Amino acid sequence: MKSSLAALGVIAALGLSACASDPSESTASGDLTVAATDSDCKVSATKLEAGPSTFTVTNKGSKVTEFYVYADGDRIMGEVENVGPGLTRKLVVDLPKGTYEGACKPGMIGDGIRQTLSVTGEAAKPLSDSEELKAAAESYARYVKSQSDTLIVKTTEFVDAVKAGDVDKAKTLFPIARTYWERIEPVAEKFGDLDPITDGREPDAKAAGIEFTGWHRIEKQLWVENNTTGMDKYADQLLDNVKKIVQLGQDTPLTALELAQGSKGLLDEVATGKITGEEDEFSHTDLWDFKANIEGSQAAISSLRPVLVEQDPALVKDLDAKFAALDTELNQHQDKATGEWAFYDELSKDQIKALSDAVAALSEPISKVAAAIAQSA
Amino acid sequence: MSTEDSTTGSGLSRRKLLGAAGIGAIAAGAAGVGAGYAAGDKPAPVVPDKDALPIPFEGKHQAGIVTPAQDRLYFATFDMTSDERDDLISLLKDWTKASRQMSQGNDVGDFGAVAGAPYSPPEDTGEALGLPPSGLTITIGFGRSLFVDAKGKTRFGLDGQLPDRLKPIPGFSGDRLDPAISDGDIAIQACANDPQIAVHAIRNLARIAFGRASVRYSQMGFGRTSSTSTAQVTPRNLFGFKDGTANVKVEDKTDVEDFVWVHQEDGPAWLVGGSYLVSRKIDMRIETWDREPLNGQEAIIGRTKGSGGPMSGGDEFAPIDFDAKDDAGQPLIDMKSHVRLAHPDFNRGAKLLRRGYNFVDGSNGLGQLSAGLFFIAYQRDPEKQFVQIQGSLAGLQNDLLNEYIVHVSSGLFACPPGVTTTGFWGEGLFA
Repeated sequence: MKSSLAALGVIAALGLSACASDPSESTASGDLTVAATDSDCKVSATKLEAGPSTFTVTNKGSKVTEFYVYADGDRIMGEVENVGPGLTRKLVVDLPKGTYEGACKPGMIGDGIRQTLSVTGEAAKPLSDSEELKAAAESYARYVKSQSDTLIVKTTEFVDAVKAGDVDKAKTLFPIARTYWERIEPVAEKFGDLDPITDGREPDAKAAGIEFTGWHRIEKQLWVENNTTGMDKYADQLLDNVKKIVQLGQDTPLTALELAQGSKGLLDEVATGKITGEEDEFSHTDLWDFKANIEGSQAAISSLRPVLVEQDPALVKDLDAKFAALDTELNQHQDKATGEWAFYDELSKDQIKALSDAVAALSEPISKVAAAIAQSA
Repeated sequence: MSTEDSTTGSGLSRRKLLGAAGIGAIAAGAAGVGAGYAAGDKPAPVVPDKDALPIPFEGKHQAGIVTPAQDRLYFATFDMTSDERDDLISLLKDWTKASRQMSQGNDVGDFGAVAGAPYSPPEDTGEALGLPPSGLTITIGFGRSLFVDAKGKTRFGLDGQLPDRLKPIPGFSGDRLDPAISDGDIAIQACANDPQIAVHAIRNLARIAFGRASVRYSQMGFGRTSSTSTAQVTPRNLFGFKDGTANVKVEDKTDVEDFVWVHQEDGPAWLVGGSYLVSRKIDMRIETWDREPLNGQEAIIGRTKGSGGPMSGGDEFAPIDFDAKDDAGQPLIDMKSHVRLAHPDFNRGAKLLRRGYNFVDGSNGLGQLSAGLFFIAYQRDPEKQFVQIQGSLAGLQNDLLNEYIVHVSSGLFACPPGVTTTGFWGEGLFA
């Protein structure tokens, strides 16, 4: 410990003298290196530009070390733990203007060997300010508009059939109307109180102590009771709420980052709700929703494509290949003549596993989209 | 399953352990850095629990075979979901890299669990943060289906590399095999002294594989049922008997050479220094076994329940006298006892390196435990070893134990030799 503390003093002094003797030292941005030994912690620059910085920490000592970036009061801005001797690890930290300390902790104990880091310049622009990202958000807003117009038309047809007591027609229209809903689901989910009463499931309604309403309430009546008795009020309410969500969605469009997160959210929906047959437990029309989620995700990626191609062309290539593979797997369950999808309970375990594998294969690269978008700002 | 045995309550933090662990790793390898340490540092302040230390990943043979058996197992097999040879190669490279990192107690990836960009999912899943390496070994094996499909058609252009000895294990009398938990293109055995470490390994490898391979089935195990070193006390299986007394032990170099490793003359070239892994999930009828009288249990096994000594007399490691008879002229070691039928003397000298684990998969809804033994054995020639011995044991006419056990899964995998510091698992397949 004594030697560590002594080393700390030396480093701090060196750091100060370096700054004092050379005030014109150039400001680094982006990539920095940290050379850590058992008694030393050399950061390649002590003046940084505001924004994300990547520290590449190499442990040239004999003890396992850690590297921290601390703000005032030792608030941790970023940390990379557990860097074994001879190993190199990276740390990305987004630092606004201010004074920080970088600290190596050989042996992973004590306060560490510290070096002052001063960050100058303006904080990075908010993501939405980039022209390219704005264009992506606008492109997706147009998609949402086109889908929501049809959503209202199809939901109206469905609601009319329910209210007219036409069970067969209502059953036919149910998965079709829901297709437009599922394609833009991230929009609906943004409005926390409307989503559960529109698309909630029975056990969740019970648990929350609210009335079971919306799409799935009517679905249950149609498939379990095979009638529309008592459904008028749920039908009217469904159409009202769908219209409200559409309006809210157009008033507050998704940002590019929300869009990136939404493209992943849609696949998560598939992985947790559709692949398990939970979503449409009475009608078993899950594959309609499945396909719609995938289309929605693909639309989000299409809008972001110009930015993604610039940021990470390999990721775009991977996404294209995985979307195509999932389509191939999924489309074999569609009747090409009628456009109708197989019912979930008709699928074999092997077929469901193959779909699950294809969704997982796509979900991994999709989970990297948000970071690529964030980096582009 | 409790993690308490190996991590908490000892008063040792991962940080201190890791400090020491790093030193251990250096002492074992990396000569340049090691020399620096030896000359320049103070004695380690903490003497870590040896179960917490890392085991070298690289070597002539893969770790996890003759490594003294750890306490916990997480075993999984994977099926390739891609047909591209390049995907198989990149998967093996990525898996090797991640396994090298995890086995030394490091996070997976460049940024690990907490140091990446905020909008990126962390590269490492994180549940091993704060835990020592815990003797983690990760061992890979390739199933027949990786080389050829069911119709004998080549996969990944590997048909020329298919070992002759990697042929399907024949069915045995009494088998009730479930294909869903048998076989697989690739097997991964993760063993550690902490179950969380073993699960972390398989979980991260499964994640890395998405889009190239997916898990076919997996099995957790606890309480190693075989000692693989003379330094280890012989553990007990869920029948309450010591298991693996006569196992091949690491210290017996001749046995290890003769019965575990694939030799040059065995071929194929890529497998020399490797071994064949046989896995069998064996359900135990625990409740009926527990109702069997003590003398009945001992007669079935052929050993005493307490000391594990043979029924012919002597302590656990006493030689077995198969000809010994009681006053009435009956053999002391029952003619159908497990120990007799499994013994090398009655199997053309065959021995196995067993490395199995107990399992309990909850209960079956009828008040019975779903429990048993996940049998793993390593060998040089499956036909002359596992198949020979199991052929002697299987069937209600044979091993008395068969009334209480049923084999429900089967797998055979060719495990490549170890890797160098820059190599990857199975690279000899693509040479």
